[in-house]
Amino acid sequence: MVPLSWYLIFAAALFSIGLYGVLSRKNAVAILMGVELMLNAVNVNLLAFWRYLTFDKMAGQVFAVIVFAVAASEVAVGLALVISVYRRRQSIVADEINLLKY
Amino acid sequence: MSPIQIIFILVSAITLGSALMVVTTRNMVRAALWLVLSLFGIAIHFVLLEVGFFAVAQVIIYIGAIAILMIFAIMLTRRIAQDPGPQTNSTWPIAAILALGIFGLIVFLVQGWEKAAIQPSPFPAGYDPLRELGVALVSANQYLIPFEIASILLLAALIGAIIIAWDKK
Repeated sequence: MVPLSWYLIFAAALFSIGLYGVLSRKNAVAILMGVELMLNAVNVNLLAFWRYLTFDKMAGQVFAVIVFAVAASEVAVGLALVISVYRRRQSIVADEINLLKY
Repeated sequence: MSPIQIIFILVSAITLGSALMVVTTRNMVRAALWLVLSLFGIAIHFVLLEVGFFAVAQVIIYIGAIAILMIFAIMLTRRIAQDPGPQTNSTWPIAAILALGIFGLIVFLVQGWEKAAIQPSPFPAGYDPLRELGVALVSANQYLIPFEIASILLLAALIGAIIIAWDKK
């Protein structure tokens, strides 16, 4: 079988890619995609720790279920915000959504 | 190398490669399709971890709902999908350095951890993790309250999304 460290390094790489996407993309939908990648990396970590260390307790799996629910609500509200902003400003570039700065 | 390790490396390479395409490709529709491939690779990882329920949930929730929602949002904001300018903001080198630094730090910490090379022990005979998960989610002395709060969160998100995206004119 695969050692635990392989899963941890894979999840770290996926999390870093998602973090780069969140910090560097201009498009708001692309930023949400980066957040999805980061949440998935966390889920891989949670389930790998559950399988390798504490598979007789259910905390790891329950936490992963909650992450699924939070990811679904986050993307629903986030995309509703994106569509609402697009309707008012005709743009979803994060740099141009700066009304709260002034 | 065992077959499972070879499968792990192949699936990881596909997942990370398509994740890189998600954050670098210019066309947003293509980025969403690369995201679908990346999420599918993670579902295969869940199968390798012997949590088949999460693999099915990953395909249904992430690919079936979230990725499709993303594609709808991209199509509804279509002027952006073919934006000719650069798709990254001016601080992307700092973002790349930060991401690489966090990755290097985690790899360094994992290498120094004594349990990093641990192998999973097989499940005892008659032990069904999915059944245990179902019992844990509805037992009042285990995780009933977080489970119910998650359902209220989903309802609030549903109503909130409708209110926010409502066109009042």
